[in-house]
Amino acid sequence: MQDYETFLKQIYELLDPLVEGNLELREESDFVADLGFDSLKVMKLLEKVEDHYDISIPLNILPDIQTIKDFVLQLEKIVST
Amino acid sequence: MSLFAKLQPITAARQTLADRGITSNVVMEKVLSSTEAIINGRRMILAGTNNYMGLTFDPDCIEAATQATGKLGTGTTGSRMANGTYSGHVQLERELADFYGCTYGVVFSTGYIANLGMLSALTAPGDILLIDADSHASIYDGCRLSGAEIIRFQHNNPDDLEKRLKRLGDRTPNTLIVVEGIYSMLGDRAPLADIAALKETYGAYLLVDEAHSLGVLGRRGRGLAEEAGVEDRVDFIVGTFSKSLGAIGGFCVSNHPELELVRFASRPFMFTASSSPSVIASTRAALHIISTRPELRSKLWDNANQLYQQLHDLGFQLGPEPSPVVAVRVSNIDRAIALWRGLLEHGVYVNLVTPPATPDGGCLLRCSVSAGHSPEQIEQIGNAFASLREVFQTAQTA
Repeated sequence: MQDYETFLKQIYELLDPLVEGNLELREESDFVADLGFDSLKVMKLLEKVEDHYDISIPLNILPDIQTIKDFVLQLEKIVST
Repeated sequence: MSLFAKLQPITAARQTLADRGITSNVVMEKVLSSTEAIINGRRMILAGTNNYMGLTFDPDCIEAATQATGKLGTGTTGSRMANGTYSGHVQLERELADFYGCTYGVVFSTGYIANLGMLSALTAPGDILLIDADSHASIYDGCRLSGAEIIRFQHNNPDDLEKRLKRLGDRTPNTLIVVEGIYSMLGDRAPLADIAALKETYGAYLLVDEAHSLGVLGRRGRGLAEEAGVEDRVDFIVGTFSKSLGAIGGFCVSNHPELELVRFASRPFMFTASSSPSVIASTRAALHIISTRPELRSKLWDNANQLYQQLHDLGFQLGPEPSPVVAVRVSNIDRAIALWRGLLEHGVYVNLVTPPATPDGGCLLRCSVSAGHSPEQIEQIGNAFASLREVFQTAQTA
């Protein structure tokens, strides 16, 4: 079972190609306000993460995700079940 | 944070359009026929109405609606559960079920409500909804109302669907797969034979929204499930009266007796007013017409193929296959608006669709073709695009 830090590192790696410019990725980075993500980019990220972990991420979790940290915490839960 | 803060992005988006001279929806000042209207004081060919069979001005439909209003009044003033079930609603449910060769049918007040009502009644927390990523908003909203787990699969990709079914393991008997017959933005069909086979293999359920394919596909006009030869594998067919049937309303048909229970489990069915008598009467007349006049479907496809081929030959980037929805893809919003305005100036109305309503973040000039269009009108639509080709080519290189 992976720990939070390992998930975080992997999410940074998966996120990196989707982020425009030299924006610094931090746990507190807000997908919309800081990284400029729109709904299409969010969906691209989900697909990459789903394929990486061989999971399906329910759309129901999206309202609870604003930051990278929120996403990693949800991901931990999904992978552990 | 103010209550209204969340609306600010909409203000910004509207301003983007206002800066380009678009401040409100197009207003139909007078509707002349199923294919023509007066807009901005001038006569336009309507090529963005979803009026696939061209029945909105059919004399039989108008006569049925007029008679029903005279006999039964303008509205039911009540829900189906209370005083809003008239004999016409029950007869239409029977006729829809018969049309599809199904045992059960339920009528809803709109197509949007049909999806909301069906998805929220069939699934609940603990169940799974596996939906195509390009599903209509009514499907997404119905999913949210259900409380079930919502999982998207890549648009029209059976391999991705199978991957997700496998991941569900023993939860597939609690899974409802949801797809559309024809997708409204690009006009492409679902690969329904493959999807139905997967549904069988994994023991899930399948709901097909035939909103844009009723009347359009299949030998008898029943939609994609009929065309693909998989009607016996589809658990629920949902549809609308607001396209090929030229009115407003929605329905579901099925051979599952549980559809009857939906009447008592579906809040969108129970807690909204039922369709007015005129709507039910014209819909019944229209259903009879599409059942008995297959030549309308032939004419629709002749028109659709003619426009698709002409725009394709002109070099426009279109949806993946000929269909009554002919979508011209434009990557740049300014050019899309310029083209759309140019078409209006040439007397042609099409739908301007901008993100996030489009599948891939680009813009669409979405045409919908009708059996009511004459070959000359289709030619005029194509010629309007041809005369704007130069603008389009600049758009593609911008």
